[in-house]
Amino acid sequence: MAIIDDPQLSSSDAVPGERVYRRDGSAILRISESDAINADALTEVTADGTMVVNMGPQHPSTHGVLRLILEMEGEQVRRSKPVIGYLHTGMEKTGEQLSYLQGPTNVTRMDYASPLFSELAFSLTVEKLLGIEAPPRAQWIRMLLTELNRMSSHLLFQATNGMDMGAVSMMLFGWREREQVLRVFEKISGLRMNHNYIRPGGVAADLPDGWREDINEILDAIEPRLDEYDQLLTGQPIWRNRLQGVGTVSADECLALGVTGPLLRSTGYAWDLRRDIPYLNYEQVEFDVLVGGFGDCFDRYAIRLNEIRESIRIVRQCIDMMPPGDYRIQDKKVTPPPRGRIDESMEALIHHFKIFTEGFKVPEGEAYAAVESPRGELGCYIVSDGSAHPYRMHIRAPSFSNLQVMPHMLQDSLIADAVAIISTVDPIMGEVDR
Amino acid sequence: MTDENTAAEASAEDAAADDDAAPIETRYDVPVTFSFGDEVLHPSREQLVATATAMKADGFVSILDLFGVDYLAHPGRAVAEGLVAERFELVVTLMNHDTATRTRLRVQVPESDPVVPTLFDVYPGTEAAERETWDMFGISFDGHPDMTRILMPDGWEGHPLRKDFGIGAVPVHFKGAPAAK
Amino acid sequence: MPDLPIVGNTDDILQYGIEGLEHNFLTAKLEDVVNWSRARSLWPASFGLACCAIEMMAAGTANYDLARFGMEVFRASPRQADLMIVAGRVSQKMAPVLRQVYDQMMEPKWVISMGVCASSGGMFNNYAIVQGVDQIVPVDVYAPGCPPGPETLIHAILTVHNKIETGELLQRREDGTAGIVVEQRDGQTDTQVVLQK
Repeated sequence: MAIIDDPQLSSSDAVPGERVYRRDGSAILRISESDAINADALTEVTADGTMVVNMGPQHPSTHGVLRLILEMEGEQVRRSKPVIGYLHTGMEKTGEQLSYLQGPTNVTRMDYASPLFSELAFSLTVEKLLGIEAPPRAQWIRMLLTELNRMSSHLLFQATNGMDMGAVSMMLFGWREREQVLRVFEKISGLRMNHNYIRPGGVAADLPDGWREDINEILDAIEPRLDEYDQLLTGQPIWRNRLQGVGTVSADECLALGVTGPLLRSTGYAWDLRRDIPYLNYEQVEFDVLVGGFGDCFDRYAIRLNEIRESIRIVRQCIDMMPPGDYRIQDKKVTPPPRGRIDESMEALIHHFKIFTEGFKVPEGEAYAAVESPRGELGCYIVSDGSAHPYRMHIRAPSFSNLQVMPHMLQDSLIADAVAIISTVDPIMGEVDR
Repeated sequence: MTDENTAAEASAEDAAADDDAAPIETRYDVPVTFSFGDEVLHPSREQLVATATAMKADGFVSILDLFGVDYLAHPGRAVAEGLVAERFELVVTLMNHDTATRTRLRVQVPESDPVVPTLFDVYPGTEAAERETWDMFGISFDGHPDMTRILMPDGWEGHPLRKDFGIGAVPVHFKGAPAAK
Repeated sequence: MPDLPIVGNTDDILQYGIEGLEHNFLTAKLEDVVNWSRARSLWPASFGLACCAIEMMAAGTANYDLARFGMEVFRASPRQADLMIVAGRVSQKMAPVLRQVYDQMMEPKWVISMGVCASSGGMFNNYAIVQGVDQIVPVDVYAPGCPPGPETLIHAILTVHNKIETGELLQRREDGTAGIVVEQRDGQTDTQVVLQK
């Protein structure tokens, strides 16, 4: 977990990362929204030369419904405030109304670019409370699908990042690859997005016939295309000028703000839950954890591009090491019977009915489990009261914490850089607002 | 005075004897319990900032999460010995990267006085999370730089995640369906 | 496509090429031509909110390609847009913003409610989500799905095109009846994994 000893990253402040602790003189514009609407600074330049400009929530570059209130001095941003809540769906309250089997349908729509990770975090927490463990094949299937989902999420990032920077062809290329991954998802889980496939106890259905060939086909197609993206973007002077040195943060600042994921790794801090607190079968596969050297936007872009390569590596190993067996635990209390049995056995019918209407009861307790999603640590905390519905379900959303570092990145940058910064933070507003 | 001292000593000895019989485990001077492999500390509201500061100096560099729980409708839960279970709980999750462990802090917050000191000066990453806890539960944070609503619109009344705030569902209408009897 | 009578002797074209056209003009009703061109160049305002926005972007990119309908330009400014595709769940905080953007669009304008959350609140029947965007703006076509795949969205868009060309829209607004609900058409393309070379 070494912080790379680099003068750009470690600060000489008495308190490392001092600027994020400030109350006055901070990069965060702490005014309420009603003040922001009524401020004189909205219509004219104030005495100190600043003007408040509103960006969003309906804006082509804000990656969903994020509103930024920017205090500008000329073209430069002095202070800013991200305003969220435009996608608040009351999912945590809804989670208390749904049963544990319906839970994944709810959480999957929080982080809609990588839905399988939310389902996985929820399922792992419920399994912790139940004291059960998914069978080996289910765990490998989960690993296979979440790594494919990491690929599709990072491809979405490449596409939208390219478009925000003006490389519109990158948008088309990124989606071309993503569509191939989504077709595999549709074949395996039945849906392109919001799959509800990873459930407490295992997965919803076994892998279909011919899955090895399908996945190998798309991996063989995607891998050389990543080199094409390197050719198109990584060495290109315009791309470098727009991303290098923009939105720099240090590791201390990120840790104090609770930032995780590629954002933290871009500062040189090597922390990846898959390696450091392994879940599923990550100890048994080989992969590298990628870190950046400068904490800027270019590092974040490069880390995500190369994480696609690492995910391809992991998926190939999953294909080789997939064991035979059950795709969900054979515990009658938790798992519904196979659909074919319902026609034959009255018991199976009643069992199916009880699980899908009433739901299975989970013993009292509270537990937390987390996974490494493409945005950082995605955790789920459930308090159960012995009934069939969670008493309290809370999702620790990585984008919620990651957004807090944005005002510090935006300080003294241009508006065009603001677009680059928002894009490389890669927030998904569904999980920010829940 | 001697009698009082003796009486005090005697009761202290009794208390010590009780402690020897069932010592309360503590970390950082607060009671600790264990939940599915994680350590859970139970500081009081007054002890919260000091505990967090001590933990941060000890390697808990990362503030993962801060949120509330409303135990109004819960049948009854066990809290650490010697603590009174209140209606609200504040849960703070910290991560130590050196030992790769997560530790939760559960603070009991009474309904009559739902105020907790802010952790902003220890971990600035609690700024948005404390605003969300205020918005959803009504637990306010003493000393927070910007205690305003974050998820609901500014003029919203009520705190949605409280158990006495209804889900707000509307009856579903089906267009063109014959009128129900 | 409205019936445009072609005036001129087509045999002349076969014999003499373009010079053979005696009368090189076409006539049609102005309304039909205007409707035809409106439908063929319907610019959407970007109003992607949640998961449906991802599928909307997918419909715009090369695999499903909205550019063949003249619609790949999602206008950032509502003043330049004709069609608002409300893609995603509308929360209490977002509702006034939605209305403001709708009001800023110039007449004639159309609204597609994409996905079940925009059409009726979807699976979120609670305090935070507006139960159907038709509580705020008049909707012309509802596209069901969670999320509706790009094929369903294109089906909804073609339904709007049809409405525009036949002028049905104006009738609907006077009647005050609800918009058209299209059927879900996902998975129409073969779900075999296709290697695109």
